[in-house]
Amino acid sequence: MNYLEHFGKYCMMLGQVFKAPQRPRVFRDALFKDIEELGLKSLGIIMFISFFIGGVIALQTALNLEDPLIPDSLIGFAAKRSIILEFAPTFCSIILAGKVGSYITSSIGTMRVTEQIDALEVMGINSLNHLVLPKIIATVFFYPFLICLGMILGIFGGWLAGVLSGLFTGTDYIIGIQSDFQPFLLVYAMIKTLVFAFLISTVPSYHGYYVKGGSLAVGKASTQAVVWTTVLIVISNYFLTQMLLT
Amino acid sequence: MIAVKDLHKGFGDVKVLKGISTTFQAGETSLIIGQSGSGKTVFLKSLIGLHVPESGTISFDGRINTDFTMEAKRAWRQEIGMVFQGSALFDSQTVEENVMFPLKMFTNNSQKEMLDRVNFVLDRVNLFNANKKFPAELSGGMQKRVAIARAIVMNPKYLFCDEPNSGLDPQTAIVIDNLIQEITAEYKITTVINTHDMNSVMEIGKKIVFLKNGVKAWEGTKNEIFKTDNEAIVEFVYSSNLFKKVRQAYLNETK
Repeated sequence: MNYLEHFGKYCMMLGQVFKAPQRPRVFRDALFKDIEELGLKSLGIIMFISFFIGGVIALQTALNLEDPLIPDSLIGFAAKRSIILEFAPTFCSIILAGKVGSYITSSIGTMRVTEQIDALEVMGINSLNHLVLPKIIATVFFYPFLICLGMILGIFGGWLAGVLSGLFTGTDYIIGIQSDFQPFLLVYAMIKTLVFAFLISTVPSYHGYYVKGGSLAVGKASTQAVVWTTVLIVISNYFLTQMLLT
Repeated sequence: MIAVKDLHKGFGDVKVLKGISTTFQAGETSLIIGQSGSGKTVFLKSLIGLHVPESGTISFDGRINTDFTMEAKRAWRQEIGMVFQGSALFDSQTVEENVMFPLKMFTNNSQKEMLDRVNFVLDRVNLFNANKKFPAELSGGMQKRVAIARAIVMNPKYLFCDEPNSGLDPQTAIVIDNLIQEITAEYKITTVINTHDMNSVMEIGKKIVFLKNGVKAWEGTKNEIFKTDNEAIVEFVYSSNLFKKVRQAYLNETK
């Protein structure tokens, strides 16, 4: 199957997904479950990575600024910009593509190969709508909070790294993160997050839903889903940056 | 009653079903038998609408399923119960949630009414104290019972079972066979079972349809299967020495 066929099939899948849920109470239960599985259970990894990567960004910036004419407050400014513009929305999304993407593909793929999806269809249930729509809504609504948390912890990690290492003072760092604040950059980060969240929920769902074969095929589909989600995040990141910041 | 007329189905160049016609009566257990690759599963999946036939018709009490509007199709699907080969229970749900799922989706019953119905069908399939267990915690036979309970919880008019005995020990297989037969008679369901199990054929097959290479090679009752001289079915059913002896004994007795 060529890429165009996959894209067409993906669009047709979305056509089935975006329909009104058949039973609001069942949909609500599925949504809360997916918020827990895809969002709340990702809090730990995002908090951990954001904190340490924020620290590393601040340390590396400090170590590479040897010119005494450049103020130390630039470290805080650079760390803030890097974290808000790229690290939190893009890097965290790639991590989530790995963690959540493989979970989505394997769970839906296993349902496919064990005939659970057939069971839904026989009951007269739109299986795509039932399985995928809650995941899209869970990620699109929850990931902005997750990414905001990543930004806050990343910036805090940078401050703590500076204070502990003595490479710059906490005061300089705070002056840096307060300077030249542009609210649009947050909007830009949130737009990217929403697009990435949509990709993280739909691309792995596509790979899981249309898997053919047994457990080996589900494993391969999970790998492919993570690779394709990452590729699409990187490509869309480029185009969104081009469209929104230039 | 389910009436199948000149059913054709293929995948690409491979023709799987080549003009099958038969009927399945209400309140009866009908069996579809045949070698692996003979088209049994494709036939069953065509009956329940998971495969769209290339040509031919399948009518359910006079209603042709390919002519259904979306709403009629949805209503028709609620008249169907299906027991899949691997049970197809939802892994993330408990036994109670699995059986309650169709009720939640298609009825406006209160939680108590749904729970009462779930307990009733679980009792009916002789499954006790398993409500809060997950499918992974159940034996194969118990999983099959849960699948049957889920299939009958909506009072279906048509029940389809794909290899309900596969992977079960002979005693449990007999229990499952008897259960299906009892439920079929009790609720006047049209039951169609896809099987390889010759014990089932001899025990519960009111009507037997034998498929070979995508065509109906023979059909009849379990008693007719002893007397038939159709080579294809004799070769298939009496492939084991034990069954050959049983047949010979039966023929000697009825001479």
